[in-house]
Amino acid sequence: MLRVEGLTAGYGRAQVLFGIDLEVPAGAVVSVMGRNGVGKTTLLNTVMGVLPATGGRVLFDGADITRRGTHARVRGRIGYVPQGHGTFPQLTVEENLLVAWEATGRRDPGGVAAALGVFPRLRELLKRRAGFLSGGQQQQLAIARALVTDPRLLVLDEPTEGIQPSIVAEIEEAITTLHQNRGLTVLLVEQYLDIALRLADAFTVIDRGSVVRQGGRAELRDGEIQRLLAI
Amino acid sequence: MHALLGQLPVGLSIGAVLLLVALGLNFTFGQMGVVNMAHGEFLMAGAYTAFVLQAWFGAQSVLVGLPVAFVVVGLMGLALERGLIRHFYGRPLDTLLLTWGVSLILQQVARDVFGAPNVDVAAPGWLAGGVDAAGVRLHYSRLFILALAVLCVLAVGWYLARSRTGRQMRAVTQNRQLAACSGIDTARVDQITFFIGSGVAGVAGVALTLIGPIGPTLGSTYIVDAFLVVVVGGLGQLRGAVLAAAVLGLLNAYAEFWSDASLAKVVVFAVIIAFLQVRPQGLFVLRSRALT
Ligand SMILES: Nc1ncnc2c1ncn2[C@@H]1O[C@H](COP(=O)(O)OP(=O)(O)OP(=O)(O)O)[C@@H](O)[C@H]1O
Ligand SMILES: [Mg+2]
Repeated sequence: MLRVEGLTAGYGRAQVLFGIDLEVPAGAVVSVMGRNGVGKTTLLNTVMGVLPATGGRVLFDGADITRRGTHARVRGRIGYVPQGHGTFPQLTVEENLLVAWEATGRRDPGGVAAALGVFPRLRELLKRRAGFLSGGQQQQLAIARALVTDPRLLVLDEPTEGIQPSIVAEIEEAITTLHQNRGLTVLLVEQYLDIALRLADAFTVIDRGSVVRQGGRAELRDGEIQRLLAI
Repeated sequence: MHALLGQLPVGLSIGAVLLLVALGLNFTFGQMGVVNMAHGEFLMAGAYTAFVLQAWFGAQSVLVGLPVAFVVVGLMGLALERGLIRHFYGRPLDTLLLTWGVSLILQQVARDVFGAPNVDVAAPGWLAGGVDAAGVRLHYSRLFILALAVLCVLAVGWYLARSRTGRQMRAVTQNRQLAACSGIDTARVDQITFFIGSGVAGVAGVALTLIGPIGPTLGSTYIVDAFLVVVVGGLGQLRGAVLAAAVLGLLNAYAEFWSDASLAKVVVFAVIIAFLQVRPQGLFVLRSRALT
């Protein structure tokens, strides 16, 4: 479904990604792993067009989307939850969802209701400003916002970072349910190894902007990822 | 006492004009953070739109001018955004200098086309005269401007709070990158924001023709005050802008009443500087966990 070929990107003169190859088959959950600052967020941002690629290609369903705008990729049904539970702090929870739904050009309230079905907790908070929610609630809202557009591929950057354990469990469960019941394809950056191992069926380990190991659950021997991630 | 009361409608109508002028800046400066020095010339363009329409609509050109100037000046703003400003987002100093250059060009164009001397736009007959209330003369034209300001504030407030595009504007203002990641075409939202902000300046320009003659430098008279209203009110805060405009208008009227026009300006500036020392964020601020 998603194919990344020889992707390079960086900030000004500082190159961060040195030719990343990555494949996310339809229906799979792929986890990108790596220590802090190796370029995981940079990779996802380049895949989503937030950062321009300096080389290589991004293919979605075979179509080259490397030069497409971020909003066009989202409307092409790739959902993105950037790192750091981003919400629009001055908009209410409802408006946060509505604004994403309206961006798709549709007017019926379908998407918002469907997203709320995944995180029912948000229903009681609809009229609250997002800036006043707890970190965990904000992250649930951020994921719900990405789900509103009914994505076929969901891209998540450290969805459990800095969030209380009870909500981590809810988020993990939501991702599992979406994957199993609706066949949602997921590309995930996850720092916690145990969560990544539970959710994902393929892993890509990055170090200093290059892929150092790639493989399915079976191919990676016990402890190999741990060793690669150890400092 | 009576004379004091007489300054009240004067002050309020100055405030209403300031508010109308600042309302457009609330979009381009308040929402987008673009310092558009040519905004004053957009006022001038709106005023001259009414002047040009006079040839066809006579004294009704003011009424016809309101919607026409909105579209004409809105398109000018759109052209400025597309042609120039969008290439300099995130570079406020360059934007300031460039749009200042544009404002000088527009003034010169106005001088070449309409001549340097001021011209008059005839007000519709039904705006002549006024009523006396509590011994104070209320000119219909002043009441009209007041009503227009109230109407425009309500329309803008509704648009930002309730409309689809208004929601998208607020989302882009709060987090541009996240807005794009939510599927919002941020470049298109910028264009709409600039169109509306400039269009509202055009409407304000038409209203200014009711106050007095218009000339190529009309914009420079108001631009500084308008920026002050937006800054004092708190960036992008409609409530703040309304309050700031009313206070500045009254301050202007009363200071001028007790002293003369230029001393009044000094007094007003001194008060504003003192105020911004105490509250640099303006009257109203956005509050949230994310920002504190
Ligand atoms: N906006 C930026 N401007 C300049 N350099 C940046 C920027 N963002 C990230 N970098 C640099 O790029 C490199 C990769 O950063 P990136 O955020 O992609 O890492 P990461 O793997 O996501 O780390 P983390 O696990 O901490 O989220 C780092 O060296 C970082 O300092
Ligand atoms: Mg990161």
